[in-house]
Amino acid sequence: MKRFIGFIRKEFYHIFRDKRSLFILFGMPIAQIMLFGFAITNEINNVDIAIFNKSKDATTEEIINKITASKYYTNKQLIQNEKEIETVFKRGKVKAVLVFENDFSKNLIKENKATIQIITDATDPNTANTIANYTNSILRTYQQIVNKDIEIAYQIIPETRMVYNPELKSVFMFVPGVMTIILMLVSAMMTSISITREKELGTMEILLVSPIKPFQVIIGKVFPYIFLSIINAIVIVLLSIFIFKMPINGSFILLGLESVLFTITSLSLGILISTISETQQTAMMISLMGLMLPTILLSGFIFPISSMPIPLQVISNIIPAKWFIIILKGIMLKGVDISFIWKETVILIGMTLFFMGLSIKKYKIRLE
Amino acid sequence: MKKENVIEATNLTKTFGEFTAVNKITFEVKKGEIFGFLGANGAGKTTAMKMLIGISIPSEGQATVAGYDVSTRPEDIKKSIGYMSQKFALYDDLTVKENITFFGGIYGLKRSQIRIKSEELINNLGLQEVSNDLVGSLPLGWKQKISFSVALLHDPKIIFLDEPTGGVDPITRRQFWEMIYETAHKGTTVFVTTHYMDEAEYCDRVSIMVNGKIEALDTPKKLKEQFKVDSMNDVFLKLARE
Amino acid sequence: MSISVQHISKSFDKVTALKDISFKVKEGELFGLIGPDGAGKTTLFRVLTTLLFADEGTATVADFDVVEDYKSIRNSVGYMPGKFSLYQDLTVEENLTFFATIFGTTIEENYDLIKEIYVQIEPFKDRRAGDLSGGMKQKLALSCALIHKPKVLFLDEPTTGVDPVSRKEFWEMLKRLQKKGITILVSTPYMDEAALCDRIALIQDGEILEIDTPNDIIKTFPKKLYNISANNMYQLIKNLNAYKHQYSVYPFGEFVHYTDQRNDFKKEELINYLKENNLKNITITETAPTIEDVFMELAK
Repeated sequence: MKRFIGFIRKEFYHIFRDKRSLFILFGMPIAQIMLFGFAITNEINNVDIAIFNKSKDATTEEIINKITASKYYTNKQLIQNEKEIETVFKRGKVKAVLVFENDFSKNLIKENKATIQIITDATDPNTANTIANYTNSILRTYQQIVNKDIEIAYQIIPETRMVYNPELKSVFMFVPGVMTIILMLVSAMMTSISITREKELGTMEILLVSPIKPFQVIIGKVFPYIFLSIINAIVIVLLSIFIFKMPINGSFILLGLESVLFTITSLSLGILISTISETQQTAMMISLMGLMLPTILLSGFIFPISSMPIPLQVISNIIPAKWFIIILKGIMLKGVDISFIWKETVILIGMTLFFMGLSIKKYKIRLE
Repeated sequence: MKKENVIEATNLTKTFGEFTAVNKITFEVKKGEIFGFLGANGAGKTTAMKMLIGISIPSEGQATVAGYDVSTRPEDIKKSIGYMSQKFALYDDLTVKENITFFGGIYGLKRSQIRIKSEELINNLGLQEVSNDLVGSLPLGWKQKISFSVALLHDPKIIFLDEPTGGVDPITRRQFWEMIYETAHKGTTVFVTTHYMDEAEYCDRVSIMVNGKIEALDTPKKLKEQFKVDSMNDVFLKLARE
Repeated sequence: MSISVQHISKSFDKVTALKDISFKVKEGELFGLIGPDGAGKTTLFRVLTTLLFADEGTATVADFDVVEDYKSIRNSVGYMPGKFSLYQDLTVEENLTFFATIFGTTIEENYDLIKEIYVQIEPFKDRRAGDLSGGMKQKLALSCALIHKPKVLFLDEPTTGVDPVSRKEFWEMLKRLQKKGITILVSTPYMDEAALCDRIALIQDGEILEIDTPNDIIKTFPKKLYNISANNMYQLIKNLNAYKHQYSVYPFGEFVHYTDQRNDFKKEELINYLKENNLKNITITETAPTIEDVFMELAK
């Protein structure tokens, strides 16, 4: 036990004396959550639009007023002919053009039907999509009001309600993802680097030729990172509560326990990586390419899994982060208890045991 | 007949803040001489050598190398010297020929010159069989001979060798010294920095740096007589004790 | 026997690192493994410190088998790898405390063993190991390898890259440790360090060339050896190599070490030959061979 404590003390010396790893440990979570919270966002605000109004009547003016009154759009710009549409897009500032057909209100009254064309700049598909959706919803609202006046019976009014994140605040969606990534980064990458560093320095040779047992070395290596990961998880949750006003609907204790579980999953991955890499550089490359990329791309953090091609959907099942994000979203946003997420929890536990078993099998008590 | 000096240093000094790494060293090296520049790690030899090869500007004093002032014409110096270090010599993942071509290109040789030189080099070292093998697969001794020849590719006036023979087997080491003697005989000055005292025994003259100063400068034979010992190692020990 | 090596062979891919190595080291002996880089010294050390399996052969250290009883060996040996292998970001004292702890002991418990070495670095005990000079690092590494009072000490090229003063001090320390009953196996590429060992093994390309005391090894040199000097070293070597009676010609500091094929070497004849080739100030004197001469003769 004394050996073990001595070992852990040494690990903390390493961590606190290396400015770079300290920065990754504590700077990254804050930087990432701020970045995702403020800069990278799915919401659109203040988008420039242009309007090509071929009919210029009361109805169209009213619709235009409605649209430009919304906070999503600013700087309406009027254009006079078809050719100009392309020009404004090419200039790049305008993200959408609304085209009202000829005799808009006449058609609306006579045929009960009139068309508006919404042309969006799809070089940024996310924004384009969102703009189209927002514009549609404004039009529907307007339609409802107009229809009320005409009093047509049995009118079906489409209604969308955004649940769990009614304001569509993207930061709420990102918090679970960022937390997952940070825990993964800290646990898997930092441990694999710290173990391979001993190999590179040659100190592993001395440790091997000493009575300290290999599993003590490994546990001693990962222990500080479990501790640091929990601090990180707490920092992220606090930031999202106090800065982004995110409600945590579920149990904090459950959240804590699940985070510890995922940390251990990541640590076992980190150990596995360190058993197969000889240098810190390799460990870092494998962690980044083999863990971070799939975690970001396939976990459902940024791209919804349901819209991926089937093969990728299948692959996403072996990404631990996918399950942890589901758990986090459940606890944080939906406020569910363990009975709803026990399946994901079991999967994570299973993965952890598997990685640990594999690491123990691959861990060398010799140099070859 | 007095031979010309190819290196002349006068009160050459380098300070880093409060710390004086090189303290007013004065010496000269003649054409075709094998000059040993000795000192323990941290005695200032690396700093002094960096000034001589034009990658560090002296704080005080001056030096000329191959006739160029180190402070004002470092680029001309770089063209007239060769450099071989034990740590970095050749690219292990390139073949012998590719290495030669690459370094020839770096020294600004023309394509036709490189072809002739590389043929010459391969024949001189008897490398015909392995000229298309990766350098990484060759024994250490061969690598050292190749990198020495590569450093001489552009016919420099002076070649700087940094601990050239550390760790190689005694026979290869002697073959290497024979190459050095030959090079010096042809008129190229050889400047060897090392902390291996047995490498010093082979030099025409040696200087020993202690704490930034040159504490001894003479032929190995005279130094041994002066200190009444029979090896350069003991000369060094006596100097360091004082 | 403190160390016993029998017919050990080891290959990596295509390279044979060790070929049928056998030797014995007695208890309390200072045994030197002398050979250039790539001779197989480090591989042999790793086999003996249980870090590598040999392909063939057996070995015991402190009467424990390197394969079967590897755990016991790990408890009873001290190992200093070739590269400086301590934590650079830990202070001198922290490094020593750490190694004491993982060997289940304390600095105080074995202080008498490391005292002489440690007092020299103690003034810097709060300095990070990475900021120490080469000689100091080496003393710290030795202290760490000794902290658990090992029976056998393995030192892989401890003096490589270290200045002559530190080298000398280091060997003096080894001599003192040996007096305390510790068996020491040390490797070095420096032939001049061979004389400081009780017995040595000359090793090259994975093969042992000779094992004996330094003096007896020197006695095996088969020829009379001559120091030759002249006004031009390059011409001298060239002409000696072309001399029809030459057996070996090696530059050796300010001289050339020369041996002749004939048993009755004719000095005057050689002087005349060299004079004919425009050499001046020729001296030829008989000299005693060194370990290095023997090594070259054996490796020839």
